Amino acid sequence: MNLKGKDVISIDDFSRKELEHILKVAKKMVPVAQGKKDLKLLQGRIMASLFFEPSTRTRLSFSAAMNRLDGSVLEFGELEKTSVKKGETLADTIRMVDGYSDVIVLRHNSEGAARLAAKFADKPVLNAGDGTGQHPTQTMLDLFTIMEERKKIDGSHIVFLGDLKYGRTVHSLAQALAMYDVEMTFISPKELHMPKHIVDYLKEKGITPKESQSLTKHIKSADVLYVTRIQKERFPSESEYSTVAGAYRIDLDTLEGVKDDMIIMHPLPRVSEIHPDVDGTKHAVYFRQAFNGVPVRMALLSLALGKEGQV
Amino acid sequence: MRELKVKPIQNGTVIDHIPGGAAMHVFNIITSSEDIDSTISILMRVPSKAAGKKDIVKLENKEMKARELNRIALIAPNATINIIKNGEVKKKFQVELPDVVRGIVKCANPGCISNKNEPIDPEFKVLSKDPLRLRCMYCERELDDVKKYIV
Repeated sequence: MNLKGKDVISIDDFSRKELEHILKVAKKMVPVAQGKKDLKLLQGRIMASLFFEPSTRTRLSFSAAMNRLDGSVLEFGELEKTSVKKGETLADTIRMVDGYSDVIVLRHNSEGAARLAAKFADKPVLNAGDGTGQHPTQTMLDLFTIMEERKKIDGSHIVFLGDLKYGRTVHSLAQALAMYDVEMTFISPKELHMPKHIVDYLKEKGITPKESQSLTKHIKSADVLYVTRIQKERFPSESEYSTVAGAYRIDLDTLEGVKDDMIIMHPLPRVSEIHPDVDGTKHAVYFRQAFNGVPVRMALLSLALGKEGQV
Repeated sequence: MRELKVKPIQNGTVIDHIPGGAAMHVFNIITSSEDIDSTISILMRVPSKAAGKKDIVKLENKEMKARELNRIALIAPNATINIIKNGEVKKKFQVELPDVVRGIVKCANPGCISNKNEPIDPEFKVLSKDPLRLRCMYCERELDDVKKYIV
């Protein structure tokens, strides 16, 4: 399978076969990502890292991925000091950066920004999150984590918990999981339901997700519990936030009676939605999940730059 | 006072079977793609056996191409086009919505990049023609009320 030059904009642009191929290449990248093996696959190649919005894990893991493969990273530093602040269009910024690099990684606050970038760039564009829209590389590392931890995705019951309205990671992941034979349950406060367009998309693909406000009712049948952060700013008052957030907190008591091999995932950062006591249990995989961002992004960079045959 | 009738045109394009009241939208669509300096007549709420009331738009001395006219299928899916030459109907066809609609409707999502100051036209994939369903090629949101967002 040749993915050379392919943009990574939306999970919808990928077939299950392509996703599985990316995960297979990512698996081979694990020892390189861990620093146990050298692979100078992207020597002399430049990745432009354009983050118009703050990011910790995505930005660092993309840079780590490029550096592990001996490539270089080009960044524009503080946004305040760039021509973007002078009113330059994204299209112009992209056309310029396209001339300076071999692959472009973009995070932006407008939905569809990466699609626009792909239109103006000759080099492959990797979407690192666009507004409340897509975050396909996060989704790929989420799928990789489920495969690594449970060896299969088909037949799983995936329970999504928390802010399902604004959390772009859950939107992309739900869309990707629609390519598999899975059961999905969405648990959120009523203010933060999964958007209708995502639910409609899933129904079109033949999956009717269950929607609920109660975690206790569904956690015992879960194979994967995907937790997201509920943000304070989504609520009119501190007290309302505390009541809602408290009802969706995972601690050792919540885990009473769950399946032995159930895994808890979280895109991080977490605040208080998962108690630190849970970190030591066999269910907690969120830090390994964060690491998986490196091999998955190494795979994507290598594939997009046509180095597949050398992995 | 003598009743004023709109005369049949000798040469040009007649867009018939537009839903009653939608002629102005059709006018906006056909004039958005190019400058038309010929006479345009708009007849609104003309009695029609099939639709009760219909609108008609006539462009004198201007033969519109099917590709341009298909864009009006967004709001007038059953419109018929008559190309008139020397007072006779030379060609008659129904509009057909293209698979991708570009530059005619804008995205309802204020956070979409197509609503920012970028050098692009809004673009939509036609998911279904009947009922009409459009999805933004940029932010991937579906447009709920197409008529409301016609540019």
